[in-house]
Amino acid sequence: MEAAHADAGGHSAAGGSHDEHEDHESLKTFGFWIFLITDCILFGTLFATYIVLRGNTNGGPTAEELFQMPGIIASTFILLTSSFTSGLAVLAMNRGSVKGLIGWLIVTALLGASFITLEITEFVHMVQAENATIGTSAFLSAFYTLVGTHGLHVSLGLVWMIGLMIQLSRHGITTVTKRKVNVISLYWHFLDVVWIFVFTIVYMMGVM
Amino acid sequence: MFESIKEFASEFFVTGDPLIYGADVGIALTMIAIVFVLTYFKRWGWLWREWLTSVDHKKIGIMYIIASLLMLFRGGVDALLMRTQLVMPDVEFLNPEHYNQIFTTHGVIMILFMAMPLMFGLFNIVIPLQIGARDVAYPFLNSLSFWLFFWGAMLFNVSFVIGGSPDAGWLAYPPLSELSHSPGVGQDFYIWGIQISGIGSLMTGINFIVTILKMRAPGMKLMQMPMFTWSTLSSCITIIFAFPILTVTLALLFLDRYLGAHFFTLDGGGNPMMYINLIWMWGHPEVYIVVLPAFGIFSEIVATFSRKKLFGYKSMVFALMSISFFSFFTWAHHFFTMGSGANVNAFFAITTMIIAIPTGVKVFNWLFTMFRGRISFKSPMLWTMGFIPCFVIGGMTGVLLSVAPADFQFHNSYFLIAHFHQVLIGGVAFGYFAGLYYWWPKMFGFKLNEKLGKWAFWLWNIGFYVCFMPQYFLGLDGMTRRVSTYGWDMGWGPLNMVSTIGGFLMGIGFLFQVWQIAHSIKFMERDTTGDPWNGRTLEWSIPSPAPVYNFATLPQVTAQDEWWEEKQRREQGHKPAPQPPLEPIHMPRNSGIPFIKSLCWFIAGFGFVFDWLWMAIPGLAGVAICMLVRSFTYNTDYYIPVDEVKRTEAALRGSV
Ligand code: HEM
Ligand SMILES: [Cu+2]
Repeated sequence: MEAAHADAGGHSAAGGSHDEHEDHESLKTFGFWIFLITDCILFGTLFATYIVLRGNTNGGPTAEELFQMPGIIASTFILLTSSFTSGLAVLAMNRGSVKGLIGWLIVTALLGASFITLEITEFVHMVQAENATIGTSAFLSAFYTLVGTHGLHVSLGLVWMIGLMIQLSRHGITTVTKRKVNVISLYWHFLDVVWIFVFTIVYMMGVM
Repeated sequence: MFESIKEFASEFFVTGDPLIYGADVGIALTMIAIVFVLTYFKRWGWLWREWLTSVDHKKIGIMYIIASLLMLFRGGVDALLMRTQLVMPDVEFLNPEHYNQIFTTHGVIMILFMAMPLMFGLFNIVIPLQIGARDVAYPFLNSLSFWLFFWGAMLFNVSFVIGGSPDAGWLAYPPLSELSHSPGVGQDFYIWGIQISGIGSLMTGINFIVTILKMRAPGMKLMQMPMFTWSTLSSCITIIFAFPILTVTLALLFLDRYLGAHFFTLDGGGNPMMYINLIWMWGHPEVYIVVLPAFGIFSEIVATFSRKKLFGYKSMVFALMSISFFSFFTWAHHFFTMGSGANVNAFFAITTMIIAIPTGVKVFNWLFTMFRGRISFKSPMLWTMGFIPCFVIGGMTGVLLSVAPADFQFHNSYFLIAHFHQVLIGGVAFGYFAGLYYWWPKMFGFKLNEKLGKWAFWLWNIGFYVCFMPQYFLGLDGMTRRVSTYGWDMGWGPLNMVSTIGGFLMGIGFLFQVWQIAHSIKFMERDTTGDPWNGRTLEWSIPSPAPVYNFATLPQVTAQDEWWEEKQRREQGHKPAPQPPLEPIHMPRNSGIPFIKSLCWFIAGFGFVFDWLWMAIPGLAGVAICMLVRSFTYNTDYYIPVDEVKRTEAALRGSV
């Protein structure tokens, strides 16, 4: 891929092109870190609203009544494991094994998908069995928005990961796909860290 | 059947007001004219290839500037309509409802769709050239940011003729902005217009931070960066911390309105005060986001036109950074009167006053730079000199406002209106005008006519004082903001009359600027030197307008004000350092995706405004498809061969 690129541009063996690509790729990773800062602030704001509105249940169900810890703990383990497997994917990539890389990405995506499934089941249960909707109380508005935004991030990550697996099977491990894998694993770890805060601030503090 | 169509149309199109019919006709005629001209001159392909799909930061900058000047026109017309209403309080030129819509759209347009894009336009034109780079860090993202702003602004603007404008003030406080008080679509236009363009702004912030930190020419240390670059960096850092808060706040308001959530409602446990806190945590930094780059512009201009190095470089950098830091700790001064308690008020009063210190430092530095300099009074310098007294007065009235107990008198009065227009017009608008005049030759290869420019300058300046000085007194006299009518017995009539005359003087000043541009396009001589002001920084070392790749070979930087030093060295007879041989230049390819993707956002936003999922869902799907297509595109760049670089350079420099 790289070589084809340089040739198409009429660039001779002078070198340069490869370095320039590496430069571009590291530039993109750097930008992604800054993007993560903005995402931190986004979640920070949502956590702040949740903390402010936590007690405003407006006569509706409270956190203790709603949260079912065993399920939450299970999904927490699933997400943590997926973060670990995404790390294994990167290790496989660094060893140069496309198969290992794609394999671990598939495992990661499956774990992510189960996490989302559990979350949706939880939401559906809350709405159907407990009649707890986003419009029931300020507490529930804040709860669904915070947890849902995290879930949306995970779902986007899944679509992105699937797209990336297709690209990997087409192009193999190149400077570009390497950067893409590094970035998505960064993103995945980030979502994991956010979830740990969700787990502590929303669920643990909710039932205690 | 016919009846139901009629009913739908009467709700969909805003009708019943001559102003709106006027706007309808105006929009229709403009559209027809544009389509006609493009077709007649066979320019559709050109428009698409050269502009709509361009990833060249210079072209994107020009598009930002054109769009923002159009928005300045629209916001200015809004302003004059309001001022007209206020001289005849007993005539219903604008009824109260309409007046509410107009001050809301005026505020939003001026800050978000005029000041922000004008600022981004200047970033785009100047930053890569000033730091000796070939491009911004992410050219594709840059184009996407522009088109998101553009389509967001369009979505906001169509509310005037379709569905109805928002009317809850430029910051949309609940409960006014909630479904209970604004059941129409205006507020949804507000939410989606700002949300879409805001995401673009956030990405621009990221883009320029990386550009400045990572793409400087070899040798340029942080402490050798030009002051405009520093101010851009501080502004962008403020953007990345402030804009996510805005994104969340608008999203929550949307959830309240759309899904019946209770974040800010009066019932269901919602907390309207939380909205006010959140929106000002973005809103206050926002005013610094727009004013910091103006400070950078003044610093460049003062140094260039005084023929001296900027006085107190380090303290300038320090001031910029501390202002952007402190701007996050002052938000509550916008609601001292809302019962936060004495200690909270005292904290925010003090942090607000602290900001006056670095700002004062900057003013003194500019004055010291001018002191004993050989000043030449060209238009960029004139605007800078006009800014200083204006900003000093505005700053002082700001400190008055920050005294929490006194604010109980000033709050929401015309005193406040006068204060913030003084800093926004004197600081931001004058600043960007100065920048526009200064960098115009770099963008287009010719200077703007000085004589017409002087007329514009004096009209704006005199108009400014005539318009806003009386408002301080009106405020002290008890006239509150956002009123469309008052009794003659209040005695506010004469001062309002004076104020309106001043407003129209500024309007005439704007017309002079339009004339100045038109006249200069026709009659001005080309600038063949690339350095018409005898500048100090790298952008003046290359031909104007700059070639696509900016620098044929990247400059080697050894000093602050590198280009000035280089010129000194050449004068002393030193030969320019030998240039390394040319190499093929790596450039990004044009792409239609940013335009299409932003258009899809517009469609989705429009669908959400009217609650039409059949329109919103395909819009969002379009966005997703665009993302995937981009992710799967690997052929995103190309090389400009050496011969072509040689030819371009020869053509551009031939006439020197
Ligand atoms: C060019 C001359 C201008 C005139 C004559 C003008 C006039 C006005 C008037 C009459 C109001 C409404 C006051 C009220 O009844 O509450 C207003 C509000 C406002 N203006 Fe301007 N304005 C001008 C320029 C600007 C500029 C350049 C900006 C920002 C960069 C700006 C930002 C605002 C904002 C934020 C509001 C508050 C809107 C609200 O209350 O929600 N204006 N202006
Ligand atoms: Cu403020």
